[in-house]
Amino acid sequence: MAQRTTEIVTGLFIIAGLAALMFLALQVSGLSPKSDADTYTLYANFNDVGGITPRGKVAMAGVTVGSVKSVTLDRDTFQARVELTIDANVDNIPADSSAVIRTSGLLGEQYIDISIGGDMDSLNAGDTFYSTQSAMNLERLITNFASGK
Amino acid sequence: MDRIASLGRVGLDVVATVGRAGRFLAGVLTGVSRPSVGFPLLVRQLYSVGVLSLAIVVVSGLFIGMVLGLQGYTILSDYGSEAAIGQMIALTLVRELGPVVTALLFAGRAGSALTAEIGLMKATEQLSSMEMMGVDPLRRVIAPRLWAGFIAMPILAAIFSVVGIWGGMLVGVEWLGVFEGSFWGNMQSSVSFTQDVLNGVIKTVVFGFVFSWIAVFQGYDCVPTSAGISSATTKTVVYSSLAVLGLDFVLTAVMFGDF
Repeated sequence: MAQRTTEIVTGLFIIAGLAALMFLALQVSGLSPKSDADTYTLYANFNDVGGITPRGKVAMAGVTVGSVKSVTLDRDTFQARVELTIDANVDNIPADSSAVIRTSGLLGEQYIDISIGGDMDSLNAGDTFYSTQSAMNLERLITNFASGK
Repeated sequence: MDRIASLGRVGLDVVATVGRAGRFLAGVLTGVSRPSVGFPLLVRQLYSVGVLSLAIVVVSGLFIGMVLGLQGYTILSDYGSEAAIGQMIALTLVRELGPVVTALLFAGRAGSALTAEIGLMKATEQLSSMEMMGVDPLRRVIAPRLWAGFIAMPILAAIFSVVGIWGGMLVGVEWLGVFEGSFWGNMQSSVSFTQDVLNGVIKTVVFGFVFSWIAVFQGYDCVPTSAGISSATTKTVVYSSLAVLGLDFVLTAVMFGDF
């Protein structure tokens, strides 16, 4: 009987450990079983991506609608080409919308904000944003101001 | 000349101890007993090593999480970014404090007990009488304890991190009024499962292995007197704490050093 109680308590201990690991995976690191099926890909070319890295946030009107998948350099135009993964239920982004790099808070991380345009047509999977606005670079701003340009 | 000879003796002793520890580990790991015999022994050790350490791990996890919440809020609110408190608490716990503090607590709570128990068995010649009866003490006594420490450590560390994050949420969200959505949202966007959570689990596995090895070897190798048992228990706590902290630096440098 004592052995059986020990076994039950130990079993509960191991289950608690696995539950804790599940919590760390799902709630803390936000790992979700969501596959690529319910997202689609858009592209945006920036002159300067600043601090945008893979897994970064993509937002519309402050609501997160996707994430940055990769940031690569286009060898021909010397621009940064950013691959964005957008939730499939946001499939009506107007075709003349622009992608803008913004900073959340004064010292917060940078994210890509989609400024909504007015076109009746919407962007399809694999399309590239027509207009973009690069990251604000404080040093360049100061240099421009100092040299009077 | 005497000085040089004593230095040489110390060196030889260290090398011999490392060799004995290696042979001991090989003996324990290769001597697999039948599951019908080994499993109940393992369960009993898992209970006394793991389940009974749960209280100290949960209570200290809760308080460490609450302290992180308070400290983080005080610093981050100066910059108006107290919403980042969630990611700060989660990253600190999952990457560093969870594995390291759990290992230190576990070494103090369970490691010393393991060493003292095995040392006393040796001093009262229980181990030699087992050998006389044809029972291998490495299989019967040592192996279940080694595996129990090895298995319990990752479980305890995961529980520690979860309780700590809950404690941080208690302070940050319930008391200090950080918005709950941004608490979890920031945490989820910055904590990566493979980079942070899995690397933390790898750390705990390594710590669990090293710590149980040190604890059972010190007990098995102790001088069979009361003074010998007490010095072996001290050595277990000191060596495993130092090994955990040193290995933590090495593992952190390998895992997170290249960015």
